Amino acid sequence: MTKETFKRPDGRKPNELRKITAKVGIIPNADGSAMFAFGDTIAIAAVYGPKKMHPQHAQNPERGTLRCNYNMISFSVTERIRPGPNRRSTEISKITEWALQPVVMIDEFQGNVVDVHINVLQANASTRCAGINAAAMALAHAGIPMKSLVQSVSIGKLDKHLVADLIKEEEDWEEGEGATDIPITLTGEGKISHIQLDGKISRKQLNEAIELAKEASKEIYEAQKKALKDIEEHDRK
Amino acid sequence: MTDEHMRKVVIPGEVIFEGDDYLPGEGTQKKGNEIVAIRYGLAEESKKLVKVIPLSGVYLPRRGNVVIGKVENITFNGWVIDINTPENSFLSLMEVPRYVNKDDLEEVFMIGDMVVAKINSINKRGIDLTVKLKGLGRLDKGIIIHVNPNKVPRIIGKEGSMISLIKDETKCRITVGQNGLIWINGDKVEDELFAKKAILHITERSFMSGLTDEMKKWFEEEKAKSK
Repeated sequence: MTKETFKRPDGRKPNELRKITAKVGIIPNADGSAMFAFGDTIAIAAVYGPKKMHPQHAQNPERGTLRCNYNMISFSVTERIRPGPNRRSTEISKITEWALQPVVMIDEFQGNVVDVHINVLQANASTRCAGINAAAMALAHAGIPMKSLVQSVSIGKLDKHLVADLIKEEEDWEEGEGATDIPITLTGEGKISHIQLDGKISRKQLNEAIELAKEASKEIYEAQKKALKDIEEHDRK
Repeated sequence: MTDEHMRKVVIPGEVIFEGDDYLPGEGTQKKGNEIVAIRYGLAEESKKLVKVIPLSGVYLPRRGNVVIGKVENITFNGWVIDINTPENSFLSLMEVPRYVNKDDLEEVFMIGDMVVAKINSINKRGIDLTVKLKGLGRLDKGIIIHVNPNKVPRIIGKEGSMISLIKDETKCRITVGQNGLIWINGDKVEDELFAKKAILHITERSFMSGLTDEMKKWFEEEKAKSK
């Protein structure tokens, strides 16, 4: 397959993201909340805290703790998934925590915890990326000191072609070399705070993938910024 | 009003000013020669000092804040008071302006009592409160409402203009805690509920400029309605 004949299943350009929807302040009971969607992948995030860490033995007297919880709602996929934590969601929770840790400045909240709850309402791949983007906005909305926001996007290698923001159909790509999914999270400085890779990719192409993520992160940043700044208009009503 | 135009919403990581002309204040950080926001809120500049006023989030205690809290526990030398902060806050019996029998702390404040107190100091162990000033102490009657602590400045208004307007119009005594708890006490329950309605009206319109004038109009309308 040559580059000319390569086409994505939904007709997008290789570097084209799905339509981004971002909203802030969607959960009134939380201290901060946000929704982020890549097309039909929808994630909501709620932030509670800083609050006292319980159980007490888990308290860190040196700095505050960030605790993330990723969960897929049972109706988020076509076939109902069993609710509750599973191996995959536990892993993604930890990954999200690591992706956000470099930007949150919670050192002064000794013995306290900031809880981030991410729920995927509808899944069509890239759920962890949507979750991280939502979590970054929700943390900002909760007034947590941060160096910057983070932007997360999944880069995929379909056969030999790099594409941004995968959908389920592309994740199951079987032609040629098959599909490789690389979720990447970037901080405001353009540094990588999280990268995952399963599958094979050459070093040269990995660099290309990172460049593609940097390009995509700009669009995501604008969406996040707009959502956070628009809250003023929203509250005015 | 000049700084009204300077206010803009900033997000973490956003550059507020470039150059060495400005000083970084609360919620900002200096990075190279740029002043960068580290919190989400309204950026404000006055006398070359740049700070970010938070728009949302939990209450962060500051020294000198007047707060309203609930007595949670009694220890041998004071009271533990819940003021909606992650840290514990403590009212020592030394900070009560009367003689206290060490064996009978309940005589002063019982568990469950609501107390108006001032933050004396904040240290690693927690927050120390005092009730040694006028207007502080136990609340016996009236109602307490809870609002978003970030909207408290709007309820108080510029130099207390808004709160004195509400006090005059409703004939209630009101104490606004910086932690978002507000105590209202009037002669009639109707007055108290009217004050509550007015305060909730403000919190819904906290982004409006010229809110005090708006509230004056609102009071006139409400009074006309009830007649």
